[in-house]
Amino acid sequence: MNFWNFIAQNRNQIDDLTLEHLWVVGVATLLAVAVGIPLGILITRKPRLQKPVIATANIIQTIPSLALFGFLLPAPWIGDRAGRLAILALMLYALLPLIRNTFTGIKGVDRGVIEAARGMGLTDRQLLFQVELPLAASVILAGVRVALVTSIGLATIAAAIGAGGLGELIFRGLAMVNNAVILAGAIPAALMALAADTLLGWLENRLAPQRAT
Amino acid sequence: MDTPEAIIEFRGVSYRPPNGQTILRNLNLQVQSGEILVLLGRSGSGKTTALKLTNRLLEISTGAIEIEGRPSSQWDVITLRRHIGYAIQEIGLFPHFTVGRNIGVVPAIENWPKDRIQARVAELLNLVGLPSEIASRYPHQLSGGQRQRVGVARALAADPPILLMDEPFGALDPLTRSDLQREFLSLQRKLRKTVVFVTHDLHEALLLGTRIALLEEGSLVAISTAAEFVKSPEPLVVKYMQAFGSAESVRGNQ
Repeated sequence: MNFWNFIAQNRNQIDDLTLEHLWVVGVATLLAVAVGIPLGILITRKPRLQKPVIATANIIQTIPSLALFGFLLPAPWIGDRAGRLAILALMLYALLPLIRNTFTGIKGVDRGVIEAARGMGLTDRQLLFQVELPLAASVILAGVRVALVTSIGLATIAAAIGAGGLGELIFRGLAMVNNAVILAGAIPAALMALAADTLLGWLENRLAPQRAT
Repeated sequence: MDTPEAIIEFRGVSYRPPNGQTILRNLNLQVQSGEILVLLGRSGSGKTTALKLTNRLLEISTGAIEIEGRPSSQWDVITLRRHIGYAIQEIGLFPHFTVGRNIGVVPAIENWPKDRIQARVAELLNLVGLPSEIASRYPHQLSGGQRQRVGVARALAADPPILLMDEPFGALDPLTRSDLQREFLSLQRKLRKTVVFVTHDLHEALLLGTRIALLEEGSLVAISTAAEFVKSPEPLVVKYMQAFGSAESVRGNQ
């Protein structure tokens, strides 16, 4: 069975798996953004938390993905459904680039700008939302980009625990020793990663602060 | 308060950062209403620290600073800062805001209506000698001199009675700097703000200062009017005069 034939015959299934893949990655990335960016902001405010938070995110990052899926299996509620588990694992992996980029993005804002803002009487909230976050936006977005692209790739492994997605075709192809089936999973996943990378790269450029002379 | 006109009064102010060396030692001085008090000194003398203690960007270790007769520690810190204009070297402009938004920052956070902010921005641009079209540009599209004017306009935006200026003209070429210094003087004649002006440049101090306070290693060495300052026998003042050449000629130009 060649590649194009396989695609043509399994069009519906590939579409479903692609959507499933997108869903798992999308939810995981959104959750990671919702947790990671506030954590990154928090450690710019509370320097004492900086080391433990970044170290924890670092350690999570070093756990091999299959092992992490395995660790999470016995967890209550989470372990009941493979999709939930995959989302949680991908979210945990995405935390590090988000926390780190939020932190370095805010810390990288010109000290003179921050000092002027505080000196003029901006409250901490106003400083964060009007000055720090807008000026750090492109760096934070670079973190989202890394997190998203990595998640798209990692999510293929989630099929090993039955979470579905394009990884299912890859694993099936491996079992059948059939390259066409492997490619039917791998190519859409790669295209998805490329598209996400291009889109966020473009956004990142648009948000980059005007170059100061 | 000993003198009713003292707007800012340093009383035995010392500053020492947590586990660091003392930067400011027992500073006593008064800033009178409507004067430009220049804090002169080399880098590390504590002059910028004195400025930052005034608007509480740094907190005093011992002593007190009274602003309009009330210790700064009793002011709400945000109210205090909005009551005091603050201008620093050009880096202080927000790169992601247009010139108009930069100037209107404090009015905007004070919730002025939009048209009033716009009118105020136009008025201030005119005051600092900039064309009104510049309001829609970004700081990186301006020259150094223009940016500095925007910085001064921004500090004046909410019409604060007190201005703190930290080497605001420091990054400019000598000709532009000289223009801005002169314009600032004539502006000050109209506005009569109470100004604390930090510089390491003796020429600038003599040109702008109603009085000059010389700081060295965190201590006040001399304080006097500009005219008396040049005649001071204080060895450090003499050293300054020698380093900057004949300062009399600078004052002669004024």
